[in-house]
Amino acid sequence: MATAEATIRTAAEPKSGIWSWITTVDHKRIGIMYGVTALAFFLIGGIEALLIRIQLAKPENDFLSAEVYNQMFTMHGTTMIFLFAMPIFVALFNYIVPLQIGARDVAFPRLNALSYWIFLLGGLFLNASFLFGAAPNAGWFGYAPLTSTTYSPGLNIDFWAVGLQILGVSSIMGGVNFITTIINLRAPGMTLMRMPLFTWMTFVTSFLLITALPVLAVGLFFLSFDRFYGTNFYVANAGGEPILWQHLFWIFGHPEVYILILPAFGIISDVLPTFARKPLFGYALVVYSGVLIAFISWGVWAHHMFATGLGPIADSFFAITTMIVGIPTGVKIFNWLATLWGGKIKFTTAMLFAIGLIPLFTMGGVSGMHHASPPADLQQTDTYYVVAHFHYVILGGVAMGIFSGIYYWFPKITGKFLDETLGKWHFWLFVIGVNLTFFPMHFAGLLGMPRRTFTYSAELNLQTYNMIETIGGFVTAIATLVFIWNVVRSLRKGEAAGANPWGAHTLEWATTSPPPEYNFAELPEIRSREPLWDHPEDYDAQAQIVTHEIHMPSPSFWPLLTAIGVTVTFGLMMTKLWWPPLIGLAWTAIAVMNWAYEPASKH
Amino acid sequence: MDHAAAAPAPHHETATGLDTFKLGFWTFIGSETLFFGSLIATYMVYKGQSVRGPYPSDVFDIPLTSISTFVLLMSSLMMVLALAAVQRGDRKGTLTWLLATAGFGAIFLGFQSYEFTHFYHEGLTLGTNLFGSSFFVLTGFHGAHVTIGVIWLMALWVQALRGKLGQADAVKVEVAGLYWHFVDIVWIVIFTLVYLLE
Repeated sequence: MATAEATIRTAAEPKSGIWSWITTVDHKRIGIMYGVTALAFFLIGGIEALLIRIQLAKPENDFLSAEVYNQMFTMHGTTMIFLFAMPIFVALFNYIVPLQIGARDVAFPRLNALSYWIFLLGGLFLNASFLFGAAPNAGWFGYAPLTSTTYSPGLNIDFWAVGLQILGVSSIMGGVNFITTIINLRAPGMTLMRMPLFTWMTFVTSFLLITALPVLAVGLFFLSFDRFYGTNFYVANAGGEPILWQHLFWIFGHPEVYILILPAFGIISDVLPTFARKPLFGYALVVYSGVLIAFISWGVWAHHMFATGLGPIADSFFAITTMIVGIPTGVKIFNWLATLWGGKIKFTTAMLFAIGLIPLFTMGGVSGMHHASPPADLQQTDTYYVVAHFHYVILGGVAMGIFSGIYYWFPKITGKFLDETLGKWHFWLFVIGVNLTFFPMHFAGLLGMPRRTFTYSAELNLQTYNMIETIGGFVTAIATLVFIWNVVRSLRKGEAAGANPWGAHTLEWATTSPPPEYNFAELPEIRSREPLWDHPEDYDAQAQIVTHEIHMPSPSFWPLLTAIGVTVTFGLMMTKLWWPPLIGLAWTAIAVMNWAYEPASKH
Repeated sequence: MDHAAAAPAPHHETATGLDTFKLGFWTFIGSETLFFGSLIATYMVYKGQSVRGPYPSDVFDIPLTSISTFVLLMSSLMMVLALAAVQRGDRKGTLTWLLATAGFGAIFLGFQSYEFTHFYHEGLTLGTNLFGSSFFVLTGFHGAHVTIGVIWLMALWVQALRGKLGQADAVKVEVAGLYWHFVDIVWIVIFTLVYLLE
């Protein structure tokens, strides 16, 4: 039975065309925009990685100059973290979380759109630096005093500090939105302990976002004020401490890596049960361990600073907390294994990526534990051993979760399957490529291959390792091309998917693929954690009849205008004059006022 | 600032019974505590580390700043009275107390401007020393927050003037009050740690 459209009240705005996308406040459209933009930045960050690998393929290579190399590794890290990994999860938070809790949209739809536009403008701003030949070049972590005007006199670090400042606003607004949505917009019967794990991890991640990003903002304000207005926060000869930057950056930076991994853990905690045909083992433990990881992540930051001379007491404290944070992660691993045990496993591509996360992330976790010991870390730090560690957790953990989620939810979002054969090629090429590149780095690092340097001496005898690593990079690139081809092909002529093609158990599968604008017509009261398995008769996606008026939030262009205002305000700081940012502030204030006076729903 | 009470339909029930706008704003306040916390922590770490003057004891006028602190504290009282007026549908009271809150906030900003100018004439700028940097950035961000608050309150005042701020809109005033009290509390912390503990 078709859904009745007559009683849906939305503003009489066009549903297609660019203006409808510019003014959209629909979480599903915003999710799609986040996803497409994030994947575009993924390709850019990937090309930056390949350029790095080409330069390092042989010793004393001159493919890239030292200056360009520094820009490459800086932008590779900055792009992959801030412009790919974080936004692609936000894409999924946006599309999936309201569906999983039985809501029609997020708590603040226009704020949601604002977060997207700020992300897009911030990402463009950061990459605009290339047009000036001045891409950021002091690493994604930008240590003082290298980032001071004394040692970095050009525009590079100006672009970096201002670009990240713009992006931070997007993340904080997003965090506020998702916390409020998850607390307040759950359907009747959807208690916190019945929520899907992806929603739970979104919830926890959102708390990390709203607490960690403000600290980075302060560190970046200090950096930009030192550079633009002559303050002394990181200026040693005025009594300032460059190491203050490291503290502020890593107080943000460590929770940041949990912001990256927890959503991936959430995704596979939903995917594994679906394709094992078993509920998640130890649901409560998986939830609590996620919460515990978030809390503890606040107490480990100085493990990034073991080589800075903090002293034995600080070193010991952070070594212990770092070792402790591995325990709740281990709990999750065992719960996932127990979920698989005794299940009827279906090896779809989504499932392959989910299962693959377990051993690959564990490898990254083990090398991470090695870093937890300060004396061991003194040898490992600044070598490729560290590069191996974090790429295993990022590619073996974060990326595996992302791809699992994409293959899992693509049918829901588009109504079509991604091709499974191409998917398996993607998976295996990706796993081979990642391991070819990053496994040798453990050895090369311990044998002396230094980080963040554009070339290395032939006498180090590390060329074979580096060449293998470069080949691995190209294998991963081919895997990525297979994935892109799969997406393009499937969008055009993929096999049609129904409401619940995987036979999954969570609410997003209780509506059509793709869902109607209002998500659900009616939802019966939720009575369990696996509503579609326990009460399938309640959730017939095709039999949705709309029986009452549904008010949807109206489209608005004020979010885009506000986003422009925010970008202009921070961007004008680069003039180093005090008054231009006030122009941006005035624009922002006018946009916000108009936004405030516009009703959320024009009915 | 999204003034929808709850999304998408205003009469929709929320899972907690709490107003969505209010809940969202509390969350934002949470992020602001980390923002000001980092600024204050930096000030404390750099206390006494300036290699040259002027130093705090050279420039601080505690009696004067006590007056401005009192003014800001009283503005919070005005805010409470404004909220009470809106909640009982008292338009005249709403206008009076919203204006009074904004007015006292503006007086506080006046005191801050005077103080900053006076420090500048004593030779303290953003770049003079660590004290100048950390003090002006911390109190400057606080002052910017007060300024935004005053503008917000005046916007609400204009709404009330046009008869568009009735009892049903009380949550808008409550959220503005939440912001205002937060900014006041931050000042109490700053006044204590920066001025009184000197």
